[in-house]
Amino acid sequence: MITPAVIALIFTVGYPFIMAIYLSMTDAEAGKLGSFIGLYNFNQLAISPLFQTAFKNSLLYTFVTVAVKLPLGLILALILNKDLKAKKFLRGIILLPWITPITISAIGWKWMYDSMYGVINWMLINLGLIDHSILWLGKPWLAKVSVMIVNIWRGTPFFAIIILAGLMTISEDVYDAAKVDGAGTLAKFWYITLPLLKPVISFVVLFSTVMTISDYPIVFILTRGGPLNSTHLFSTLAFQIGLSTGYLGRGAAISLFIFPFLLLVVYFQLNLMRGKRWEY
Amino acid sequence: MRRRLITSILDHISIIPFLLFAFFPFYWMLITSLKKNSELYDLKSIPFWIKEGITLDHYFYLLQKTEFLTWLSNTIIVSILPTIISLIISFPAAYALARLRFRGAILYGMGIFAIYLIPPTLLFIPFSRVISYLKLSNSIWSLIIVYPSFMIPFSTLILSAYFKTIPREIEDSAMIDGCNRLQIIYKIVIPLSIPGVITSTLFSFVFGWQNLIYTLAFISSSSKKTLSAGMVTELIRGDVFYWGSLMAGALLAALPVVLVFAFLMDYYISGLSAGAIK
Repeated sequence: MITPAVIALIFTVGYPFIMAIYLSMTDAEAGKLGSFIGLYNFNQLAISPLFQTAFKNSLLYTFVTVAVKLPLGLILALILNKDLKAKKFLRGIILLPWITPITISAIGWKWMYDSMYGVINWMLINLGLIDHSILWLGKPWLAKVSVMIVNIWRGTPFFAIIILAGLMTISEDVYDAAKVDGAGTLAKFWYITLPLLKPVISFVVLFSTVMTISDYPIVFILTRGGPLNSTHLFSTLAFQIGLSTGYLGRGAAISLFIFPFLLLVVYFQLNLMRGKRWEY
Repeated sequence: MRRRLITSILDHISIIPFLLFAFFPFYWMLITSLKKNSELYDLKSIPFWIKEGITLDHYFYLLQKTEFLTWLSNTIIVSILPTIISLIISFPAAYALARLRFRGAILYGMGIFAIYLIPPTLLFIPFSRVISYLKLSNSIWSLIIVYPSFMIPFSTLILSAYFKTIPREIEDSAMIDGCNRLQIIYKIVIPLSIPGVITSTLFSFVFGWQNLIYTLAFISSSSKKTLSAGMVTELIRGDVFYWGSLMAGALLAALPVVLVFAFLMDYYISGLSAGAIK
């Protein structure tokens, strides 16, 4: 019964994946078969400043956003776990950024970042914080920060909702026992909540890492990798070189850089599953 | 008592910044889509509300002067067909994973989760070559054959999580009553799994709906694009931005996806955890 699925996945995932590896070792171009050139593409990438930027950006983008999304998501989950009025409604609002397709909401962000009529500049100017418009997407460092903010906006609710699911499985008894032993709020959080949440947190961090390192829409829509190619990630650079320019082989080599991170995450995830069986 | 009240008020206050951050972009998109251009591009007006009255011009412009409706129908087609294909393929696989105690069922489950994690970013370049071999470049059929690559893994996970909630005893007693495995599937499993099937169908559908990279990779003519790709490449171009219509389009395009997730969020999480945790 599982055979059709296995066959389908071999054709739609396995085969293209093998082909990506093969292409990365050829000089294939759009409309040109290409011949085997070994690791030439990878050597060229290693000395290409453009690729080095994309490599650093991908790591920075992933590291910074996950490092912000985790604490924000944790705080948000702790708040949502409290006795709030209209909790379901609040949860729904909080989740909106995550459930709205980023390929669509990023268009809204592009408009908010607009240097002339964008609301962000308007607010900062009218609050007296800046005296002239900021080119949010027009300066290399600012553009990097701007795309990260959108990723954080989008990903934090996911962290919160997964951590919240973990929080709800922790029984009140544990806290009562700790209270009897004289533990304060902070002690309870540090010695009970956090350790019990460890598997959930590991899962959400790993999952988000994979999603973030391969992220495509935010950078594509907001900056197309610009200004001056300063915001490229693996995905957008692979697209630009592989398809827009037509160097399929080189592009495939770039996208394959995502794979080691994927492997690492799967490895950790498997360890996690073997170590502890738990459920929501 | 009093202290509890204060804590409760503090809890409610502490969620406000999160609410503002989460919701403001949507509010901003909505009022942009309803504002007259004269007000939209007036630097002196206060942008947080609409002073000169609501207008639906941006929506009319979007529906009449752009290819929005073409993109919409393309999106519907390339979301529905692969969803059906994926359902047919993943239903038996999910059942097998949930029920049959064959060797390596867990391994398969993890394998499918691992495949779910492989992002389109890794596959679009080889796919674009396959698509051009098949002479499907610039045809929506390219999307129809590629979309199952991300639909099958997730709908298998969701369905198998659902099958696990159907008590095994029902099937066991049917077997004692003389049903064979096939009869059990037709008479018991399929009817009982309808909610799970609907859930996985809707998720596959919205994943198809929001995919961007494959359309960008395979499709070049505007009339064959999907919603997100069409808006991003055809409506955001050059120096002239139709922000009002863009926001109108974005809101309309996001609506079906938001509705599906709003109602089925818990199933999404259970599908993820089925692959990753249990």
